[in-house]
Amino acid sequence: MEVFSQLADGFAVALTFQNLALALVGCFLGTIIGALPGLGPSNGVAILIPVAFTLGLPATPALILLTSVYYGAMYGGRISSILLNIPGDEPALMTTLDGYPMAKKGQAGEALALSGIASFVGAFFATWGLVFLAPQLVKVALLFGPAEYFALFSLAFATLGGIASQNQAKAVIAAMIGLGIAMVGVDHQTGVPRMTFGNIHLYEGIDFLVAIVGLFAISEVLLFLEHKAGAAPSEANQKLARVTAPFWMLKKTAGTMGRSTIIGFLAGVLPGAGASLGSFVSYTIEKKISDKKGTFGTGDPRGVAAPEAGNNAAAGGALVPMLALGVPGSGTTAVLLAMLMALNITPGPLLFTQRPDVVWGLIAALFIGNIMLLCLNIPLVGLFVRVLRVPSKYLMPAVTMISFVGIYGISGSTFDLLMMIIFGVVGYVLRKLNIPTVPIILGILLGNEMEKNLRRALEISNGDVNILWGSPLTIGIWVLAIAGFIAPFVVGRFLRPKKDPTVAP
Amino acid sequence: MSDRVLGVACLLLSAFYIFMATQIQTSFITDYLGPKFFPILIASLLAIAAIFPIIKPDPDPDWPGIGRLVEIVFAVAVMVAYTYALPVAGFVVSTAITAGILSWRLGAKPVAAATAGVSISVGIYVVFHLILQLSLARGPWGF
Repeated sequence: MEVFSQLADGFAVALTFQNLALALVGCFLGTIIGALPGLGPSNGVAILIPVAFTLGLPATPALILLTSVYYGAMYGGRISSILLNIPGDEPALMTTLDGYPMAKKGQAGEALALSGIASFVGAFFATWGLVFLAPQLVKVALLFGPAEYFALFSLAFATLGGIASQNQAKAVIAAMIGLGIAMVGVDHQTGVPRMTFGNIHLYEGIDFLVAIVGLFAISEVLLFLEHKAGAAPSEANQKLARVTAPFWMLKKTAGTMGRSTIIGFLAGVLPGAGASLGSFVSYTIEKKISDKKGTFGTGDPRGVAAPEAGNNAAAGGALVPMLALGVPGSGTTAVLLAMLMALNITPGPLLFTQRPDVVWGLIAALFIGNIMLLCLNIPLVGLFVRVLRVPSKYLMPAVTMISFVGIYGISGSTFDLLMMIIFGVVGYVLRKLNIPTVPIILGILLGNEMEKNLRRALEISNGDVNILWGSPLTIGIWVLAIAGFIAPFVVGRFLRPKKDPTVAP
Repeated sequence: MSDRVLGVACLLLSAFYIFMATQIQTSFITDYLGPKFFPILIASLLAIAAIFPIIKPDPDPDWPGIGRLVEIVFAVAVMVAYTYALPVAGFVVSTAITAGILSWRLGAKPVAAATAGVSISVGIYVVFHLILQLSLARGPWGF
């Protein structure tokens, strides 16, 4: 099997002392970031990208560090869900439903251990899914021309509002704002400046890292300022007797984990779904299948295992389109795409053929990170629980200052810092208005590629627009895009989790 | 109401964007579509999407009261002042003051906030500059 030899090469790349140390640091930081309410995987990774970038790490180690943070945050989100009834991040929302009741029944330790194991199962098998599915997708993607890519980018935007989106018009507004921002700077094809207002700082375009950190991190701080809170959540003082799951509980939930992993992985692979939907759908389906006695919602262990396996599997599944096509399916993978682009790596089919060391090293790192996370999470959960007690009045200033350090480190320019603050204010207003910020990021990231492919396609066809829907592949992608855009109107009502706007994306 | 304002703002924005796009200088090298087409396409789609919130606005979000709004504006002003203070006063001093103010406004008692500010600033300096050797703004005292 070719896949296995490539994976072995990947392990050879990943298994160096430095990379293992970075994975460990990343997993540790990630779990803390995920556990803290208000800091989710997207803003956690967003804050750390500029830092990793300015540290001058080479591509593979930087990727390993940041993907460990990503997976770690997925693990960590459950801790505050279970103990505080506050989801640490959006995908962990469903874990509160049964996790918190379990903690109230005095089973906090069991719930934490079980959810850790469920997270591991979901993430581990999803990574295997990634290993086998991504190369297949690459084979298809190698046939893509500019027209197919243009359709594919449109597909990403059409579905990014998400199947659970409440207002498609607002998702379109967000995407267009992002694309509009991407146009700023010198046009790559003809070399003329666009939308720069003669400002020399804008000639290179707006750095997406500045936009991401502003939209995710700074706006979060402003949201916190809305409430005169700041006290530590007091319920975190719950005693953790033991952090192990009894064998009968694992046996009872084994089927749940298996089903939820498959459902979560599929939800992750689909464009526009991502981890939140993965956990939501797996919880809902599990409830339909096995909630015979109506114990779900009252502290049923299966209700903890299902969303945790689901969201971690979805996180792995979301990496498939991101790595193989260069088109992210969710908010966090959009941030990971930004990370790759900051490292000057363009994901997509060519990455697999030209830089196999990066791809397979990364995948190997995911396996290593998973095992590390399982080992870290079970014994050290008490430590993470203590971190939860850091009140936001001390945490948020630190987050702000680290955001500034990261952006300052890239260019050392006051202009970029001001730009970041502006993005923070804009992000705050947009989040209040329920406009998703992820399509904005994706627009900034993909805008220039999208335009380039459109212009190339029409260059090839000599201006004949029929090329955009002239091949079976393009037609297929367009059909998917239209279906994905319309789907929320039809099925969205059934798939919409109750969303708390204060939860980090 | 908020959504109607949003819609109108987006319409104005798209009109401005289209106007700016028509002002783009075209050079002698050009491709079939040229540099103007895509920006105009984006702005047109923005305008179309902006009509929907005007016709059918969502219920108003929960805007904070004047007091909290002032708080947010103040925090933004502090951050702006911080970016200008960085090259003048150096990283450690300006960060300590800014982090302290933010912590105070988030509800810490003055003494605790000052301690938090200094610890955050020195902590970042030690971890990022001394250990990880990231370049931070250098003030007149070298830190």
